Amino acid sequence: MTNSNFPPQDIYIIGVGMTPAGEHWEKSLRELALDAMIPARQEAGGIAPEALYVANMLAPVLSRQSHLGALLADFAGMRGIEAVTLEAAGASGGMALRHAVMAIASGLVRSALVVGVEKFSERVSSEIEAALSTAGDADFESVHGVTQTALAAMLMRRYQVEFSAPSDAFAGFSVTAHANGAGNPLAMFQRAIKAESYQRAGMVSDPLNMFDAAPMADGAAALMVAAGDAIPADSRYPKIRIAASSAAVDAVALHDRRDPLDFSAVRDSTAEALKQARLERDQIDLFEVHDRYTIYSALTLEAAGYAERGKAWQLAQNGQVSLNGSLPITTFGGSKARGDTGGANGVYQAAEATLQLQGRAGEIQIRNAKTAMIQALGGAGATAVTHILTGSETA
Amino acid sequence: MEQSQFSRMLKPDRDVGIVGYGAYIPRFRLPASEVSRVWRGGSGGAPIEEKAVAGLDEDVITMSIEAARNALARTDIHPGHIRAVWVGSESHPYSVKPTSTVVAEAIGATPHTLAADWEFACKAGTEAVQAAIGFVGSKMADYALAIGMDTAQGRPGDALEYTAGAGGAAFILGPEEQSLAAVEGSYSFATDTPDFWRRADEKYPEHGERFTGEPAYFRHITSAAEALMESMETTPEDYRFAVFHQPNTKFPQRVARSLGFSTEQIETGLLVPRIGNVYAGSALVGFTAILDVASPGDRILLVSYGSGAGSDAISLRVTDQLTGRQDAAPSTESYIARRIEIDYATYARYRGKLALQ
Repeated sequence: MTNSNFPPQDIYIIGVGMTPAGEHWEKSLRELALDAMIPARQEAGGIAPEALYVANMLAPVLSRQSHLGALLADFAGMRGIEAVTLEAAGASGGMALRHAVMAIASGLVRSALVVGVEKFSERVSSEIEAALSTAGDADFESVHGVTQTALAAMLMRRYQVEFSAPSDAFAGFSVTAHANGAGNPLAMFQRAIKAESYQRAGMVSDPLNMFDAAPMADGAAALMVAAGDAIPADSRYPKIRIAASSAAVDAVALHDRRDPLDFSAVRDSTAEALKQARLERDQIDLFEVHDRYTIYSALTLEAAGYAERGKAWQLAQNGQVSLNGSLPITTFGGSKARGDTGGANGVYQAAEATLQLQGRAGEIQIRNAKTAMIQALGGAGATAVTHILTGSETA
Repeated sequence: MEQSQFSRMLKPDRDVGIVGYGAYIPRFRLPASEVSRVWRGGSGGAPIEEKAVAGLDEDVITMSIEAARNALARTDIHPGHIRAVWVGSESHPYSVKPTSTVVAEAIGATPHTLAADWEFACKAGTEAVQAAIGFVGSKMADYALAIGMDTAQGRPGDALEYTAGAGGAAFILGPEEQSLAAVEGSYSFATDTPDFWRRADEKYPEHGERFTGEPAYFRHITSAAEALMESMETTPEDYRFAVFHQPNTKFPQRVARSLGFSTEQIETGLLVPRIGNVYAGSALVGFTAILDVASPGDRILLVSYGSGAGSDAISLRVTDQLTGRQDAAPSTESYIARRIEIDYATYARYRGKLALQ
C-alpha cells in the first residue's frame, strides 16, 4: 500500500483513445494498440510522451508475443523512449496507469502514454479459457482444472448460501451493464436486456449463467498522462486530475483467504484511494467497478463500503447503481456489455471515466459528474488497483 | 492489367449450360436433438432439425454414382461422350486412388475420359463445375461431368456434429443449345483464410469457431455474389431463386438478407434444416431442388463457399428444355421424404465412430 502523501504534484489525463471492443479479426495486436494510441496523443496536443506503459495480460500466450513495450513504441514511431509491459492479470490496465502516475510523481518522467491492449480472437475458446486460468494459482487451483469462471461460480454459490440471496440476485448487475452498453457506440453489445433474458440464460458453471459472465473482447485503450507543468496549452479537452492511485493484493488462491467473500484488496485499495483524495464515499459520483462476473460487482460494492455484506445485489435491483441512481457503476457497459478486454480493462475504465468527467459521454452522460472512482481487479480480486479522477473544476 | 479494364466475370468462348442434373441423399436421418441428448443433456439450441446420414454400405463413390445416373437419366447423351468425370469432396474414400475413375467406370464413361478428384472443403463441387464450364466452353470437349458429394465428418460432441450430413449432386455440362439451364456467367473469389481444416491423416476437422462466420463465410459469399452481379449488371430482383452454401440454417438466411434476397427466393433451395450440411454437395443439392420446380426463363444465382477459403458464384437461366426432364429421375424432395430416423447409437455404428480395436 502507498502512503497518503499523494500526490506530490498534480498529474492529469489529457488525452484518451479507445477502439471498439469486439472481434477484431482483421487487426493484429500492434495495430489495435496503435488505433488507441493515435487519438490519445492527438487529444493531448503537441506533447511527446517520455515513457510508454503497456497493459497486457495474455499476449505471450495467445499471440506468442512478449516484449510489447519496445514493439509498440517502435510501431507507434516512438523509438528512443522508455517502454515496458505491466502485467497483473485483469488489473494490468490499472497497474499500467499507476506506473505512469508513479513515474511522473517521482519526477523522473514528465509525460507518459499508457496503452492497454488485448487480442483474444487469435485463439479458439478452449485455449482462451486455459490462458485466462493462468491468473489463478497454477499449483493449487488451475492444475485441478479450476477456471476463473468456476472460481466465480463457487463464490456465487457461497454468497447465495451465506446470505440467503435469491437465485436471480445478481440479475440487476447484468441488466444495468447492458442498459448502459446500449449508449456506448464502442461496446460489443449495444442492446439492453430484460430481467427475463437473465432468467432464461444458459448455465455456464452452476449457478453462474451466461449473463453473469462478461464476454472476452479484443480491444485497446490509451491515455496520455502528464505532470501539470508539462501540459501544453493546446490540449483539446478539460484536463482530468488523478486525485488518487492505490494498489493492494490478497492471496491469489481463494482457499488461502480467511473469508473468500471479503475482497480485502478492494477494501484496502479503496480506503487508501479515498484517503489520498480526501473524499468520503458519498462524494464519488460514479464507480467503474470490475464486473467480469456479476458476483464481483456485488463483492466489490460491499468491500468498498457501499453496501452491507450480503446486500449489494439489492442496490442493482433497486436501480441505485443505474445511470440516474445514487452511485452509477459500469456506466459504459462495463466488462459485461462493453466487453472484457482483459489487461486493457483498467485503461478503458480510465478513458470512460475521463469522458464522463469531461461531459463527453453522450447519451450515457452522468449529469454533473465531478469525481469518478475506477477499479481494476486481477483474478478473483487478488489484485485491486484503484484510481480517483476529478474534473478540473474541483482540482 | 489495370483494374478498370479488368472484367471479373468468367465467360467461356462457347456458351455452356447444364444438360443433365441429378441429386442423391441417403435415407437415414439423425435428429439434432439426439446429438444434444447425448452430449448436452438435451439442453441448448440446435442449428438444424436433422441431418442425412449415409448407410453402412455407402460412401462418396456409391453416392456419386447414384447422382451421376440421375443426371444421365435427364439427358439423351451417351455416357461414352463424357470427356471429364470430376468429383469434388472432402470425404474421398481413398487418400490415394481416385473416386472419379470408379464413378466413370460405373456409369460407362471410360476410357476416353479425364478423371480427377477435387478438393476445396465445401466448394470442391462448384469448383469442378467451374472447370467443366471451361472444358466445354473451350471446345476441348462437348460434355463434362462435375459432382459435389460428401459424407461429412464431425467430431463427436463438436458443434459440427449436429450438421455434418451426407448427400450431393451431379451435373453434366455441355453446349448451351442442348442445355436445360444456361450458364450466363460465373466468378470465383479466394483468399488464404484458415477458418476450418483437416490435416492429412486426421479423422475429424478443426475450426476457428466464430472466425468461420464474418471473415470467412460472409465475406467470401458476399464478395463473390456482389462481384458477379455487378459485372453482369443484375440485381437480386432479377433472380427467381438463389441458393447459398448452407452450413447451418442461419448463415444462408443472413447472407441472403444482406445481399437483398427474400425468403421466397431462397426457401426452395434451403435444405439444410432437413438434411444437414452436405459440404461439397451443399449449395449444389439445394440447386437441384430448385431445378426440380423451376420454369423456363427463371434465373438462378448459385454461390458456394469452401473453407480456406473461397466462393464460386454462378448465374444461370432455365431453358425450355427443362420441361419434361424434371421427372426423368427422382426429385430431390423425394429423396428428402425417403426417411428413416436413427438414434445416436446407430449413427455411431454407421459412421464408424466406435473404436473397435
